[in-house]
Amino acid sequence: MSFNQIFLTAGSAMTAQTIRLNTISSNLANADSVSGNKDDVFKPLKPVFASIYNNINNPSALANDIKSAQVMVADVVQVESLTQKRHEPDNPLANEEGNVFYSGINVVGEMADMMSASRNFEMNVEVLSNAKSMQQSLVQILEV
Amino acid sequence: MKLDNALGIHPQMLQFHSARTQVLANNLANADTPNYKAQDLTFSATYNSVNELHLSQETFFRMPFQRSENGNTVELGVEQAKFAENVMNYQTSLTFLKMKISGLKSAIEGR
Repeated sequence: MSFNQIFLTAGSAMTAQTIRLNTISSNLANADSVSGNKDDVFKPLKPVFASIYNNINNPSALANDIKSAQVMVADVVQVESLTQKRHEPDNPLANEEGNVFYSGINVVGEMADMMSASRNFEMNVEVLSNAKSMQQSLVQILEV
Repeated sequence: MKLDNALGIHPQMLQFHSARTQVLANNLANADTPNYKAQDLTFSATYNSVNELHLSQETFFRMPFQRSENGNTVELGVEQAKFAENVMNYQTSLTFLKMKISGLKSAIEGR
C-alpha cells in the first residue's frame, strides 16, 4: 500500500503552488513600480515546475510499486523581456533623457494565474482528504 | 484452504486501486508541470488455476483530448473524474472485503 507517497506527492504540489502564489503576489504588488534605470526596475517572477520521479530506475523496488512524481520548483526566473520604456519627463524618477521604465506586468494575466494556482492547491487538498479517508476505512476493516 | 483464497480477488483489487490512486495523485499534483505526461494504470487478469485469479498491473500514458502549449497532457476534469471513480471503486472493494471477513468470522464463531 502506497499511501505515504500520495501524501508526499500532494504535499509537494501544495508547496509548489504556494511558491507560485507567492511570486504572483510579489508581481501584483510591484505591478506599478517605476525606475529611471532599466536594470533597477522590478522584473516579474515566474516559477518553473519540474517533476521528481521516485523508484523509476530502482530494480530492487517491487514490481507492483508505483513510482511517485513529486513536484519541485526547479527555479524562479526573472522575466526581463517585459520591461517597458515610457517617455515621462515630468516623472521625478525619469533619467536625463526623460524616460522611465515600467515592470510591464500583466495584471489580468497574474490574476488568472492566481486563480489557477489556488484551484490547483484546493484540488490537492481534496486528494489528501480522499487518501486520508481511504486509509482510515482500511484501518477500520478489522473492526467488523 | 488458504486465507488468501478465502478472501478471493478483493485484496488484489484493493492493492490495484490504491496503486491507481497514487498514479492519479501524481497526475493531479503535476497539473501545472511543463512536459509532464499523464499516466494511468490498468490491469489484466490471468487464471493460475481454476479458482485462482492473478492480476497484473500495467501503466500507460493517457491520450489527451486536446494538446497544450507547454507539453503537459493532464486534463483537470478528466483526472478529477478518474480520481473520484477510483475512490468509489476502492470503497467498493473494501466493502466486499469486509463482507468476506465478516462471513468468515461468523463461520468461525458458528453463529
